[in-house]
Amino acid sequence: MEYQFIFTRVQPHPPSYPGVPLPRDNQPRVGKPMHSRLLGLFADAQIGPFYLGWLGTLSVLCGFIAFEIIGLNMLASVNWNVVEFIRLLPWLALEPPGPQWGLRLPPLNQGGWWLMAGFFLTASIFLWMARVWRRADQLGLGQHTFWAFAAAVWLYLVLGFLRPLWMGSWSEAVPFGIFPHLDWTAAFSIRYGNLFYNPFHALSIVFLYGSVLLFAMHGATIMAVARFGGEREVDQTMDRGTAAERAGIFWRWTMGFNATYESIHRWAWWFAVLTPITGGIGILLTGTVVDNWYLWAVEKRFAPAYPAVWGPIIDPTR
Amino acid sequence: MKPEFFRKFNFLFGTAVVALAAAAFLVVTFERPTVETVQSGFRGTSMGQVYNTRTLAAVQARNVVPAMDEPIPNDPESPRASEIYENVQILGHLSVEQFGRIMLAMSEWIYPNAEDPAQSCNGCHVPGNFAAEDMYQKHVARRMLQMVHTINTTYSNHVNANGEVGVTCYTCHRGQAVPAAVWSQLPSNAAPSRMWAVAGEQNRPVNATGYATLPSDPFTPYLWGDEEIRVISGTARERDNNQSILQTEWTYGLMMHMSTSLGVNCTFCHNSRSFASWDSSTPQRVTAWHGIRMVRTINNDYIESLRDRFPPNRLGPLGDTLKVNCTTCHQGVYQPLYGAPMLRNYPELVLPTQTSAPAADPSAPLRPAAAPAPAPSLN
Repeated sequence: MEYQFIFTRVQPHPPSYPGVPLPRDNQPRVGKPMHSRLLGLFADAQIGPFYLGWLGTLSVLCGFIAFEIIGLNMLASVNWNVVEFIRLLPWLALEPPGPQWGLRLPPLNQGGWWLMAGFFLTASIFLWMARVWRRADQLGLGQHTFWAFAAAVWLYLVLGFLRPLWMGSWSEAVPFGIFPHLDWTAAFSIRYGNLFYNPFHALSIVFLYGSVLLFAMHGATIMAVARFGGEREVDQTMDRGTAAERAGIFWRWTMGFNATYESIHRWAWWFAVLTPITGGIGILLTGTVVDNWYLWAVEKRFAPAYPAVWGPIIDPTR
Repeated sequence: MKPEFFRKFNFLFGTAVVALAAAAFLVVTFERPTVETVQSGFRGTSMGQVYNTRTLAAVQARNVVPAMDEPIPNDPESPRASEIYENVQILGHLSVEQFGRIMLAMSEWIYPNAEDPAQSCNGCHVPGNFAAEDMYQKHVARRMLQMVHTINTTYSNHVNANGEVGVTCYTCHRGQAVPAAVWSQLPSNAAPSRMWAVAGEQNRPVNATGYATLPSDPFTPYLWGDEEIRVISGTARERDNNQSILQTEWTYGLMMHMSTSLGVNCTFCHNSRSFASWDSSTPQRVTAWHGIRMVRTINNDYIESLRDRFPPNRLGPLGDTLKVNCTTCHQGVYQPLYGAPMLRNYPELVLPTQTSAPAADPSAPLRPAAAPAPAPSLN
């Protein structure tokens, strides 16, 4: 029972750890560090200090502008009625320009706001990407976080910018809205003849589900060897110890092969990163190269054929 | 902190989280059982209709055929209705007994409350003067009789697709002067703005589109106008299909309406792996295709053409008529009234050819005059 826990059991107390010294041209970190017992149950109890810097400030500002543009347009679409706004929020959206505009710049109320929100959101994301690179660099880390984030940004760019550009119409992009973007996804798949026959979509699902599986396996393994100090992964990478040995042996006995404390994270990184990379390729090819994925699968002979149990059904317009 | 604290806290917190998650999952995901699935396609294709027996009971209770008397033979010895009554324009060929029977049936189907002085015969006739032309309802009823005939003959491939079923007045009216499910154009979801993007034609939870964010009125373009419904490409690498995703959402909205009206899933008509392919669809899709044409004819030739006849309280907020869609007849059932062959008992509704010709008013608009067309496709 002692080892079956949900929360972090060891919490650090003040004095707070200020962090490693920053290189000379860095700004000082902001915020006076504090400790939260509640947050400490889930993660590290120390909150702050926080490095904001120019990139961070601009990124938050651009993100806020995009958020406001989307929110105010949604609020306008319920005639500035806050109660209706809350009630209908999942249904509301800032829609992309209509197909009649192609790649031209439409008036604000016909998609101009969408373009502007997209611009500021993209700016915010790129500034944050630069910030991730800079912070990792200043701390002397590798750029793995940057590239992982870039993989997600690739899918975002394909959906909202690169594919619409190739298609010649902003209307091919996704609306900003909770349910609207889901309905867009369903309509997108229907319009292009069922995305399930898109092999890159299939690959993306493989990596997505694979990521989930790996994460579950890894999380379970580490928690299972916590009684031997297995959560101290860094120590265990260099010096195997009981926890690492048992964790590895468990999988070796279960499936004949096991990752190491180091390589399991490479597995996780690649699976996670390949999910949006393959997904983005699949989206980019849809409508540009292939217009009906089902018929493409029939052509490539991997869509199974079923008996016509209802007899021949003829298109009445023929 | 003491281990007991964590043990207790873990237990309580864990229980609360699990209970909350389970409750949310149950409420959002499940209908109260029992749910039954009826297979409707080749095994492995996941084609099936899902029914909840509890809600099914409610739908069945709403779709009961009224008591019907035996048909009266058309006795050639009897005088014709037109010989006995004045001003009988559509049903004059009937024997006087048949005429009385169908008039009685119509009053029960449409104005059933005999206690109400404005119902029964008085629903359409000036009290004491059955020949008078003063009431708009009488003009509408004449046109409706012609419509019923057109539906049962021209659109036999819809209404008789699964057995000799046909339609009567009751198929839609069900004891009400205005059928329960009718539609007219509605004001935009949002006041138009010169500054803000309000997306007034979509993004509202409406029953017609299954509470999705699809365009709220899929009826005007497809069931009043004859906009193209098909959006999916016919070849793997089609070059000239410029149907947009927004256009697809319009079609999607119409399909949600059809699914909701008939109480069926997509797979009643389609193998959902390829919505466009006819060769993997079911025969119902062909029936539905004819049904869409039938509804367009009803709305244009038989209802909108009467627009000037209707008083303002029988028009929608934008001044168009109250028109039909799939729900008007189907009311949650794949075949109205579960396919009860009511028409068989009312041969009076089958008109001789000379009076049945759709005497369409040539001045009537055939297409929605002020209908907002769906967004034009990209060229």
